[in-house]
Amino acid sequence: MIRPATARLSLLLFVLPALAIYLCFAVLPLLLSVIQSLFDSGKDGSSTFVGAANYIYLFTHELVSARFWNALGNNAKYFAIHVLIEVPIGLLLAAMLTSGVLRRSEGTYRTLLFIPATLSVVIVGFIWRLIINPLWGIVGFPLLGNTITALPTISLMGVWQYFGIPMVFLYSALIAVPNDLVEAARIDGATPWRVFWSIKFPLVVPQFGLIVILTFIWTFNGFDLVFALNGSAPGPNYSTDILGTLFYRTFFGSSGQVADLDLGATVATVIFTMMLAVTAIYFWLVQRRLKAHAT
Amino acid sequence: MTDLSLNARGLNDRQPWTLERIGVHAVLLLFVAIALGPILLVIMNSLKTTPAIFGGPFTLPTSETFSLAGYQRVFTRGNILINYRNSLFVTVTSVVLTVVLSTLAAFALVEYRVRGVAILAGLFIVGVMLPIRLGTIPLIEIMIGLKLMDTLWALILVYTAMSIPLGVTLMMTYFRTVPTELKEAARVDGATEWTTFTIVLPLVRPGLAAVATVTMLPIWNDLWFPLILAPNKANQTVTLGVQQFVGQFLNDYPALLAALTLGAVPLVLLFAVFSRQFIRGLSAGYGK
Repeated sequence: MIRPATARLSLLLFVLPALAIYLCFAVLPLLLSVIQSLFDSGKDGSSTFVGAANYIYLFTHELVSARFWNALGNNAKYFAIHVLIEVPIGLLLAAMLTSGVLRRSEGTYRTLLFIPATLSVVIVGFIWRLIINPLWGIVGFPLLGNTITALPTISLMGVWQYFGIPMVFLYSALIAVPNDLVEAARIDGATPWRVFWSIKFPLVVPQFGLIVILTFIWTFNGFDLVFALNGSAPGPNYSTDILGTLFYRTFFGSSGQVADLDLGATVATVIFTMMLAVTAIYFWLVQRRLKAHAT
Repeated sequence: MTDLSLNARGLNDRQPWTLERIGVHAVLLLFVAIALGPILLVIMNSLKTTPAIFGGPFTLPTSETFSLAGYQRVFTRGNILINYRNSLFVTVTSVVLTVVLSTLAAFALVEYRVRGVAILAGLFIVGVMLPIRLGTIPLIEIMIGLKLMDTLWALILVYTAMSIPLGVTLMMTYFRTVPTELKEAARVDGATEWTTFTIVLPLVRPGLAAVATVTMLPIWNDLWFPLILAPNKANQTVTLGVQQFVGQFLNDYPALLAALTLGAVPLVLLFAVFSRQFIRGLSAGYGK
């Protein structure tokens, strides 16, 4: 056995380098952002505590709050389209991959289907913009130039890129389903359809929660695709503005908008709080369900 | 899906083409076409002349329509070689740092059951979901303070910090599989903690590969931090370089398609080689 003193010292030495970089460049900036949202910086470098004033401004100023709610609403749609289309596709493909009728081709399919997810979002955006450009004649309608179709179009580009992610999560869960369970059902005469829905599916249900929460975090952190296609004031008429572009515009500035670091930190904190709340609710629900199963 | 419901005759049947198998292959091939079609369309058209790109986007380049002019313009007018060098340097350095630091930390977090270790491990695990971009404003100030603004090292530090939680979480699952007897035997022989670590290390090699592949993609593909922390032309990564190039040459279709191809192909190839490790890393890292 190791002596406790040795253990504590070793722990410290082994963990310290990773911990230092992680705290300094990930945790600390997030905390500083929260603090900055409570201050108002003057041009001379001074900083005064203003409490919730930045938040009140963000939520009540006519134009600023309208842009915020617009971006939040768009982001919710962006998230919903991702989940509602990606998850069923991912489930279908994972079910096909693990249906037991594939042999050596299983790995090849899995790799090929995941390739779009390895591309940079910038490249995905431009590939699709070229393809749907009316100049090229494949699509006759300017999908990105219309306030109603622009956001769904961009969301579908995201779906095209990332359907491999739910596929991989569900695939990993499906191959973990014990084989004798499946075999036993088959010997009893169950069809592959029944085997899937009655035996495999209930065992992978927990994965859906994980996929939804990860998609939530990724889409509410989204920026690259919209920025690459439509810049930092994403049109037409802000119909594709999401929280990431709003945040960027607020602290970086854009044509017609002056950069405001304090307000940027406020936007960041609002997004952060929202993510924390949703993640906390998710884990609370999962914990409760696990406990319910245990008793 | 309906093909699945058909009662396949004899499930252990080794006969190659049952209806069920045909159905499964058909669905998968359809989605492979959806996934790869747009990429192949871009690669194919990048090798053609402008009139041919518009005249027949779906036809393969012929001896008359074949042209590498787009690539030529990307190499002469863009900074694609500098972009590659920058992306390579940033990605490799960040991934190596992540793998080394995460492995050290994960070993200790699994090994030393002292008070507070669970909280420390938890601190890393919650970081997997931490939206680090939201700390960008203070990060800019930190980088200015460290005189690292608009350098590749700013990116490396941020990407390492961003990847460490996933690296630690993943490596912990691998270290848990190492038999205790091995470590105890080493210690009985008088091995120091560092020697014990080096003895265990070969056993977690698959974990190192998983961490490396799973953290590499988001780093190479990121647009946000290069745009904000290292926008200078000399420091642009491939993702930012392609983004800027495409913005400048909006009507030069052959050059656009060539730039997109050059941006996409290296990573796709790399992924094709390491896809097994990647997929294992992805599901083990987040599936906690």
